[in-house]
Amino acid sequence: MATETPAVGAARGVEAAPASLLKDFLRRLAKNRLAVASAVVILLAAVAAIFAPALAPYDPNALNLDAQLSPPSAAHPLGTDDLGRDVLSRMLYGARISLSVGFVAVGIAIAIGIVLGGLAGYYGGRVDQVIMWLVDVMLVFPSIFLILAVIAFVGPGLFKIMAIIGLTGWMGTTRLVRAEFLALREREFVAAVRAQGARDARIIFRHILPNAVAPVLVSATFGVAGAILTESALSFLGLGVPPPNATWGSLLSDGKAMIEVAWWLTVFPGLAIFVVSLAYNLLGEGIRDALDPRLRV
Amino acid sequence: MLTRRDMLRLLGASGLALGGAGCSNAGAGGRESTPVADLYPIDGPRAIGDAMVSGSIGEASTFIWFLGGESASSAASAAISNSLLRYNDRIELEREVAESVEVTPDGETITFRMRRDVRWTDGHPCTADDVLFTYEALVDPATPTPYSGDYLLVRKAEVLDPYTFRVHYDKPFAPALESWAFCRFIPAHLLRGKDLPRDPYNRNPVGTGPYMLRRPEDWVPGQQMTLWRNPDYWEGTVWIERQVTRIIPDLNTQFLELKTGGIDAMGLTPPQFRFQTGTREFVSHFEKYRYLSSGYTFLGFNLRDPRFQDRRVRQAFAYAIDKDEIIRGVYLGYGKPLSAPTRPDHWTYNPNVRTYPYDPARALELFAEVGWKRDANGRLVKDGKPFRFEIITNQGNQQRIRTAEIIQRRLAEIGIEVSVRPIEWAAFINEFVDKGRFEALILGWNMAPDPDQFIIWHSSQTGPKQFNFVHFKNPEVDRLLEEGRSTFDREKRKAIYWRFQEVMAEEQPYVFLCVPEALFAIHKRFKGIVPAPSGVGYLSHLRWFVPPPYQKWTRTA
Amino acid sequence: MTAYLVRRVLLMIPTLLFITVVSFVVMRLAPGDPVQLQTELNPRVSAEARERLIAYHGLDKPIHVAYFIWLRNVLTLDFGRSSAPDGRPVIEKIAERLPITLFINVISFVLVLGLAVPIGILSATRQGSWLDRLTTLYVFVGYAMPSFWLALLLMILFGVRLGWLPISGLHSLDAYRMGPFEYWLDFGKHLVLPVFIGVFGGLAGLSRYARSSMLEVIRQDYVRVARAKGLPETRVIYRHALRNALLPLLTIFGLSIPGFIGGSVIIESIFAIPGLGQLFYQSVLSRDYNLVMASLVIGAVLTMVGNLLADLSYAVANPQIRLGAKGGD
Repeated sequence: MATETPAVGAARGVEAAPASLLKDFLRRLAKNRLAVASAVVILLAAVAAIFAPALAPYDPNALNLDAQLSPPSAAHPLGTDDLGRDVLSRMLYGARISLSVGFVAVGIAIAIGIVLGGLAGYYGGRVDQVIMWLVDVMLVFPSIFLILAVIAFVGPGLFKIMAIIGLTGWMGTTRLVRAEFLALREREFVAAVRAQGARDARIIFRHILPNAVAPVLVSATFGVAGAILTESALSFLGLGVPPPNATWGSLLSDGKAMIEVAWWLTVFPGLAIFVVSLAYNLLGEGIRDALDPRLRV
Repeated sequence: MLTRRDMLRLLGASGLALGGAGCSNAGAGGRESTPVADLYPIDGPRAIGDAMVSGSIGEASTFIWFLGGESASSAASAAISNSLLRYNDRIELEREVAESVEVTPDGETITFRMRRDVRWTDGHPCTADDVLFTYEALVDPATPTPYSGDYLLVRKAEVLDPYTFRVHYDKPFAPALESWAFCRFIPAHLLRGKDLPRDPYNRNPVGTGPYMLRRPEDWVPGQQMTLWRNPDYWEGTVWIERQVTRIIPDLNTQFLELKTGGIDAMGLTPPQFRFQTGTREFVSHFEKYRYLSSGYTFLGFNLRDPRFQDRRVRQAFAYAIDKDEIIRGVYLGYGKPLSAPTRPDHWTYNPNVRTYPYDPARALELFAEVGWKRDANGRLVKDGKPFRFEIITNQGNQQRIRTAEIIQRRLAEIGIEVSVRPIEWAAFINEFVDKGRFEALILGWNMAPDPDQFIIWHSSQTGPKQFNFVHFKNPEVDRLLEEGRSTFDREKRKAIYWRFQEVMAEEQPYVFLCVPEALFAIHKRFKGIVPAPSGVGYLSHLRWFVPPPYQKWTRTA
Repeated sequence: MTAYLVRRVLLMIPTLLFITVVSFVVMRLAPGDPVQLQTELNPRVSAEARERLIAYHGLDKPIHVAYFIWLRNVLTLDFGRSSAPDGRPVIEKIAERLPITLFINVISFVLVLGLAVPIGILSATRQGSWLDRLTTLYVFVGYAMPSFWLALLLMILFGVRLGWLPISGLHSLDAYRMGPFEYWLDFGKHLVLPVFIGVFGGLAGLSRYARSSMLEVIRQDYVRVARAKGLPETRVIYRHALRNALLPLLTIFGLSIPGFIGGSVIIESIFAIPGLGQLFYQSVLSRDYNLVMASLVIGAVLTMVGNLLADLSYAVANPQIRLGAKGGD
């Protein structure tokens, strides 16, 4: 769904990034309170995911038939589900899966985007035409149609879901990287190293790619939020990450059947998805604004 | 909905076969008591009018029952057509269009004499010719139907006179009568010589049943189907003017529609039944019913795996799994345990077979007899190898996945490592069940009323695409099954299936887990509902009505 | 103009071919087929009955042969028959479902475009005002809220608690005997929630674009010049800035069309709307090859047509841009 990244076009890369520019960037970012708060939320979520086994008060899959659907209490801060499983523990473990879906999917998308965008931008000509044609083709697919078709036909699975979300979400990055390469390859410093006889690979990796990092980072940040939302949509349609791996999306979609009797089953996972994807979006905006101070409020 | 015409089948991917398909069930259940003031006290006189709206997660694809496999098509077909026989509210066969049924003493020939007052809604009389035509269509190799099996056993079918139909079998086939109860007629005078699957009849039928499609526009694809009462129904007055089935794919949406009056009846999930239908508001407008369903859930082992070949190992698993916990946790108490493949309310049910109460110590003893002992880490080990296996089940059925998770935990406690793998239905059946690529699986069978289980347990049925996929082979069971399906005498059959259950309870080729209850709510303005072992559906078209003061969707000309 | 149109339409062909090949291969290589779904539910199916079904559905041919047969049929607009038990022509099933999906999407498009532009202008010209903050807040909620959750909450609020709006479907049961005014009012009421959900997410993205694109334009020299010349602010904004800010918006809008069409799957499933999205989802679950293929092709065609329209409006809005120069991107 929302894997296409919003409003990245405005980001214009910095020239080779000397330390002062980076410092500048961080200083500007630090001034943006929302972005800082978002970074904190993202960090907290990551910590929760990594240390889930230590933080979770219960085994996330332990049944307790004497505590089915108990509302939030001291014993179960976020309540229990219909099998008496502790919602907090399930959410902590769920964070691992949900966040890794976000990261791996975006990782795949970014990797493909950098390679294809780099090739297209650096070599131009035929290569560029073919790659951009591929981008156009992929953009024409309603991606949720494609994802559904693939998941339904090859069967759901954690890695398959990560892969397919990644494989349908690389077009934005490709365009960005290509644009960056197109702009940079004609610059003097690239011409200079080329004149010194540097090989293509060296030029790409040492000189051009670092300049494309910033916009790609912005796009990746938005992408993580999109991937988490896409996974939850798949869970809703019954084609999400299969149990016993709970994700925030599957918790939300399992809980919706009891939304009127056990609000805690939907509200907490729903809020987790909302707050975390919000944080990624805000951080993305923050980074972009910090990169391009002209647009700052 | 509300008719029990389900043939023996594997419970499908969604598990909604129980909830969504209505209350084709039998058992100890019945009406749930309601301690509130009665808002709908009048229950007479009978009057024509109103509409009954139900929700369905899927749409019917055709009115011809043998072309469409899904429950929606089956329900649509049941509303507009008739068959020679039917099951009554005590799940016994009775005559529908047949006036008399004669089975010759050798059991090889059955003669049906038909009523003369049954007419198609276009005025044509319904005759033996229609029955023969339906049979011929079923066994025609050109007809794409999965239901031809039972009818292929017919050696010869003939029309003796316009109202007499006779079939001959090569040898006695006890489930034959049941197969004629499933066989709803299609009109020969409209369909002879036509390409059945592509004929417009599929969507704009002419039937003999209590309800009919008035105009093709009554079926709005993907949205709803309206069936109107047949004013000239041969069996009596049909009271409820319209049966409307709305297609609502999401079960939550369906439940919200129920609460706000958008639909009048639906099958409920255990959490809905237990937690969401107890409000004063709900109980003052809805009657709830629960019945034992006709299906059971099981944990099946691949008996070609040497570890599962010793009966004691399978018995040990039966002791190690807490069936009551599964019923409590997954079905919220709405279910009954079982230890042999027969519903507790079936006329062949043997109450004296061996049962397996939860007893992990006994389980460990049995494992030890076979050589599986716990090692220092608590793992169950034999010849240095830990007991470890995978349970597969179908993706999307929350109840089965949860059952697997509960079993996983219990077995872990006695040192057996179980992994659970849900697999999407098509791949589950095709790649794993059919090819025998599983160690254990959780599935359900939906049982037809006839006790015959030949295709599930007979040793000849283990081939690819057949249904003894666990490869159970037992000479005594083979003999009992063969005898059972060729015996018409009820007492003799009962004795045969009693013994069958005894053997099955000892053998435990599956750990038989439980028979869940079907849960159901219907609006209180509908009167004349008679709860019975078979559910509430029997003769509902003749019995149910809405007293005029409560009629919601008033009659139109 | 005509040459440009022709070129664009011709460019669609290889794209479509590529899409069909990929879809076809993915589906045929996956385990399971519609015949299994239909027969495996029932043990009383003989092996012969299965073979018959397989041949009937044409699943006995090798993949490349099957593809070319499919393609040849599609060229004559024959998408084959559904493998659902009704066996109806796929094109017929889609034709039933397509209008409502198009209708809802077109209403959503119009609302999104109609709202995004003023919202963008207002929040760009009054940066930091409460309005700007409010829209910013909305934008992020729109990005981050799972749409099915929002839909469910709204259904409970407006359908169950307040009872203002119907929960699902398109018409009330007694719609057939309503007068025309009542009928359309009833229909409209049924559409409020689905359209709202469709607009909610899409509008968030687009109004954000509108804002930043407006901001960018306002800073351009010609706007500064116009201001410096003492032109009234509204004139500056609406005559000079707006048009230039709208252009990139159109392209972005074209790109978001697949998102709208994809969103139909969820919206139509929740609200029980018999549209293409719901049909597609069901056909995917039942592995109805012909139906899935046809839906993918039609979804792609719709998107391409949408993109084309967006590009054409781009051209109309900005005659200076030479159409030929702007092809594939």
